[in-house]
Amino acid sequence: MARKFRKPTDDPLVLKLLLGAIAISFVGLFLVLPLAVVFKEALAKGFGATLAAISDQDSLSSIRLSLIAAGIAVPLNTVFGIAAAWAIAKFDFPGKTFLVTLIDLPFSVSPVVAGLIYVLVFGAQGWFGPYLLDHDVHILFALPGIVLATIFVTFPFVARELIPLMTDQGRDEEEAAATLGASGFQTFLRVTLPNIKWGLLYAVLLCNARALGEFGAVSVVSGKIRGETVTMPLQVQLMYENYDYVGAFSVAAILAMLALLTLALKTLLEWRYADELAASHRH
Amino acid sequence: MSLVIDSVCKKFQRFPALNGASLTAPQGAFVALLGPSGSGKTTLLRILGGLEQADSGAVRFADLNWLDMPARQRKAGFVFQQYALFRHMTVAGNIAFGLEVRPRNERPARAEIQRRVEELLELVQLKDLGKRYPSQLSGGQRQRVALARALAIEPRMLLLDEPFGALDTKVRKELRVWLRHIHDKAGVTSVFVTHDQEEAFEMADLVAVMNKGRIEQVGTPQDVRRDPRTAFVSEFLSA
Repeated sequence: MARKFRKPTDDPLVLKLLLGAIAISFVGLFLVLPLAVVFKEALAKGFGATLAAISDQDSLSSIRLSLIAAGIAVPLNTVFGIAAAWAIAKFDFPGKTFLVTLIDLPFSVSPVVAGLIYVLVFGAQGWFGPYLLDHDVHILFALPGIVLATIFVTFPFVARELIPLMTDQGRDEEEAAATLGASGFQTFLRVTLPNIKWGLLYAVLLCNARALGEFGAVSVVSGKIRGETVTMPLQVQLMYENYDYVGAFSVAAILAMLALLTLALKTLLEWRYADELAASHRH
Repeated sequence: MSLVIDSVCKKFQRFPALNGASLTAPQGAFVALLGPSGSGKTTLLRILGGLEQADSGAVRFADLNWLDMPARQRKAGFVFQQYALFRHMTVAGNIAFGLEVRPRNERPARAEIQRRVEELLELVQLKDLGKRYPSQLSGGQRQRVALARALAIEPRMLLLDEPFGALDTKVRKELRVWLRHIHDKAGVTSVFVTHDQEEAFEMADLVAVMNKGRIEQVGTPQDVRRDPRTAFVSEFLSA
C-alpha cells in the first residue's frame, strides 16, 4: 500500500481551504463590503442624483483642491524620498540612524497632531504668526497649509519603499560606474534610477492615494472654508454632517474609484512588465 | 612608468586593515596580491581603484599622484568578484557604458562606440551575446563581460578582485589562461587579488604576499617560493 507523497512544506488540503476561507472572508468583510456599500449608497437615489452631487460647485472645487494638493505634495515627497533613500542606502555617515527614525516619524504621529504642529508654528498665535501676518502670507486656512500637512503625512511612503530596495541592491553597480568614469549625477541617472523604477512607481502610487485621502491633518489646518480650503475627504464629512448622504457617498465613491484606479494601474504595469520586474529582482 | 605604492595605511573604525603596505612594480606587470582573508589585499585594491580613501601613504603611477585623483578620473578598470554588471542594461550597454559617460569632447561617435563594443565582444569570445541581459548569462560569461567593460575605457591600470572566486574550478582554470592572454595582448599594468596560491603563481609576473595589512615579500613566483623572507611567507606558501 503506497502512501501518498506530500512535500514537507505542503499543507493538508483541509488546512489550505480553511486558511483560504478565513482570508477571503476577512478581505470580503473589511475591504470589499464597505467599498460596495459606498457605491450602493452613492447610487441610492439614482445616477442623476449622484452626478448632480458631484457636479455641485463645492464638490468640484474640493476635487480640484485635492488634486492640486496631491499634485504638489507627491512630486516633492518623491524627490525627498529618493534623496533620503539614496543617502541612507549608498553611504555611511554620522546621524544615519537618526535620519531613518526621523523619516518614520509621520507614521507614528497621529495625523491630527501633525496638523496641530502646523497650527502651532504658523498660526496667528504661533511662532511665525506675527511675521507671516506682517507679510500678508497665509499658510493656515489656505493652500500652503494643506500642502504642508499633506507632505508631512505622506513623506515616509517613498523613502520607506526605496530604502530596503536600494540597500538590498547594494553599492556594487554604483562603484563600478565610478571606476568607469561616471560622475555622481550620471551614476544616479543611468544606474541607480533604472534599478529602482518599479519600487519607485509603486511608492508614488501609494503616496498619491494617501495624499488624496488624508483627512485628520488637513482637517486641522484647512479651516474648512467652503469652496476654498475643502478637500475631498473634508467635503465628504461636510455633506454627511448636513444629512446629504447621497452627496457624501458620491464624493466618497470618487475617492474610492481613484484608489481602485491606482491599484488597477499598478497591476496592469506589473503584468505588462513582468519580465523586467523579475530580472530587476535577481542579482 | 612603474607603479609605486608607498606605506599605505587604512583603518576601519579601530581595525587596521592596511598597516604600511609598500610595493613597486614595473609598467605592464601582472601583480598578484596573495594572502589570507583579512590581510588587506582587497582594501589595497579598492584604494588603488579609488573606492576607498587611504588614511596615509602615497601611490605614484604614470607620473600621477594617484591618491589625489577621484576614482572617475583614474581610468583604473575594476573587475569585481560579484561582477557588478548593470542589471538593467544589455551586455553591449554594459561594455559601452564607460565610453558613453565620457565628457562630450572625449566621447567617441556612436558608430565608433559600437565598433569598439563589437571588438571587445570578440576579444572576450562573447560575439553574439551583445543583446542579452546579465541575468541570462552564466557566471563565466558575466565575468568576461565585466572584463570587457573594464577594458573598454582603455584603462591605465586593471584591478581585479578575486574575479574567479564565484566560479567553478573548470571555468576558473579556463579563465586564468584566457585572462593572462588578454593581459599580454593589452599590455596594461594589472593588479589581481587572490587567496589561491596556485592561481597567483600560474598567472603573475610578481607575487606580493600580504599579511595583517603589510606586504611581507614581493618577487617573481620562483623567487618567493625558493627564498621566503619571513616565517609567515614560508608557512603560507608551504601550506
